[in-house]
Amino acid sequence: MSKNILEVKDLKTSFYTHLGEVQAVRGVSFNVEKGQILGIVGESGSGKSVTSMSVMRLLQFPGKIKSGEIFFQGEDLAKKPEKEMLGIRGDKIAMIFQDPMTSLNPVYTIGNQIIEGLKLHRGLDKNEARKEAIKMLDLVGIPAPEERVDNYPHEFSGGMRQRAMIAIALACEPDLLIADEPTTALDVTIQAQILELLRDLKDKVETSIILITHDLGVVADLCSRVVVMYGGLVMEEGNIDDIFYQPRHPYTMGLLKSIPRLDIEEDEKLVPIPGSPPDLLKPPVGCPFASRCPYTMKICLDEFPEYTHEQNGHRSACWLNHPDAPKIKVSTGVRREAR
Amino acid sequence: MSNEILLEVKNLKKYFPIRKGFFGNTSIAVKAVDDVSFSIKKGETFGLVGESGCGKSTTGRTLIRLYEPTAGDIIFGGVNIAKMKESDLMEYRKRIQMIFQDPYASLNTRMTVADIIGEPLDIHGLAKGAERQQRIFDLLETVGLSKDHASRYPHEFSGGQRQRIGIARALAVDPEFIICDEPISALDVSIQAQVVNMLEDLQKERGLTYLFIAHDLSMVKYISDRIGVMYLGKMAEIAPSDKLYAEPKHPYAQALLSAIPIPDPEIMRNSNRIIIEGDVPSPINPPSGCTFRTRCPYAKDMCSEVMPNLVEISDDHWVACHKVNNPNF
Repeated sequence: MSKNILEVKDLKTSFYTHLGEVQAVRGVSFNVEKGQILGIVGESGSGKSVTSMSVMRLLQFPGKIKSGEIFFQGEDLAKKPEKEMLGIRGDKIAMIFQDPMTSLNPVYTIGNQIIEGLKLHRGLDKNEARKEAIKMLDLVGIPAPEERVDNYPHEFSGGMRQRAMIAIALACEPDLLIADEPTTALDVTIQAQILELLRDLKDKVETSIILITHDLGVVADLCSRVVVMYGGLVMEEGNIDDIFYQPRHPYTMGLLKSIPRLDIEEDEKLVPIPGSPPDLLKPPVGCPFASRCPYTMKICLDEFPEYTHEQNGHRSACWLNHPDAPKIKVSTGVRREAR
Repeated sequence: MSNEILLEVKNLKKYFPIRKGFFGNTSIAVKAVDDVSFSIKKGETFGLVGESGCGKSTTGRTLIRLYEPTAGDIIFGGVNIAKMKESDLMEYRKRIQMIFQDPYASLNTRMTVADIIGEPLDIHGLAKGAERQQRIFDLLETVGLSKDHASRYPHEFSGGQRQRIGIARALAVDPEFIICDEPISALDVSIQAQVVNMLEDLQKERGLTYLFIAHDLSMVKYISDRIGVMYLGKMAEIAPSDKLYAEPKHPYAQALLSAIPIPDPEIMRNSNRIIIEGDVPSPINPPSGCTFRTRCPYAKDMCSEVMPNLVEISDDHWVACHKVNNPNF
């Protein structure tokens, strides 16, 4: 069996709105290895959440997977009937959402929401499931789980709700966990707790994780591999060190330069990326980043470049990689140049 | 930056009563801001950080009298505006302006951009007719938009552009002091730097003073000269920003700084983070003594008995902690 638990191939997802077709994901490919934490970074509208919703087959009208393949443990999820998806979703693939306030059902106790999945997928009876639920709450660090299991979501704080969400997601020991901005709504001290928890759990239950975020600090902390998305396309993909220290795509370089660093004493002026992301109702013909890129050439506006592959599966889509392109200063990413 | 103090806040309190009982007689209150003091110098940026519910936004809103202070003094330009009559406040509302967090909720969707920016001019009677028009165009240009945008409605703009409109509205009355309440937290990373750089340039050009409220500590450090760290309605530490980041003294400030992931994988691999347990307690019934003691790794008996005062431990570095301030701890 291959070492990849998930292989997404040329995924295209669109929303058919009354204004026209919004091409949210325009041909995205990536793999997730067993036991890996893969980070998907991008701004709002880059297609990162739509990608994960497509994998989960949770797209709602008017969203639709247009083409592409989503191989999970050798089976193509994109072609699975909804009935079979029900058996996979929550059991083999689970998801944690951004907002723990709205993604828990307020009229069921936390315990019941964990038990629901266990009864459905594992066929446990009520008592066994309840015991399992208490065990899960304990695992994610909820104090006094025997009592807390009967609480309603409103009796939990934000951080505890996110822990409860993680408990629900992990209850059936999924092979793949998709975490869509799991800490964005939380305070930093709580974020640190949740990130620590995810790291611990990955080792304990051996789950592969896709972490979707816009926070490069969180990526640097948790992920071993990164996919950088922009305008519905993958701009660059690589191991964490390659992306942070040898970015090849001007968008990645720009992102790394536009965030302030807490650990640097003197303040260098931030270098913002000018302009704003493209409108995916009428996506640009060439590279979606061309209108904001400092190195734009004529060809960038006409044609999207092929991926250039380097060692360790580091790939980027930029015309600057073409042998005839002008040479630019090699970026060292966040690594400080020697002074 | 001069040494002249523009704003001095003394023992500011803002309690929100919770009505209980049949007659609505109030018995308890949320102590959103509880005895906070600090001062802001002319031309500087003072950052206010803390987690949600710590009272940083309430402090900002109370300063501009969007909330009535429960107690305390707000001395702006030598005059106490905390108890000033509403009719006299007009003058100060012109000198103090505010930029809000949510660029989607803080612009009236039924007004054109020209009317949004022009409204403060009308209210304060600053410009009319062709002059008003010209002022609006100039303001749009100042924030990096063009005069073609004037007749459009807010929904036609992106988040970053809307925040620019909010900034233009604040600048319309030519204020001295702007309260920025999480001005960039709703924006994308690549857009945040655009707005922050613009705020910095405007400060240089116009000699503005900022109160910058945010929970993103790396951005606050970048923009601020001095920073106040709040926890549960109280000020835990005030220090120049470099000093606060180099040597935070209050255990909460230490934990808060260490909790922020740094976008550098090598540093993250080698870091030893302090992870504090638990959540922020309820401000309705805050812990006795030091409010941080329930999560503090160093807490002793005295922390539950006596509330520590904010003490100046070195030049312009203030800390409210028994461990730091009491040699017998």
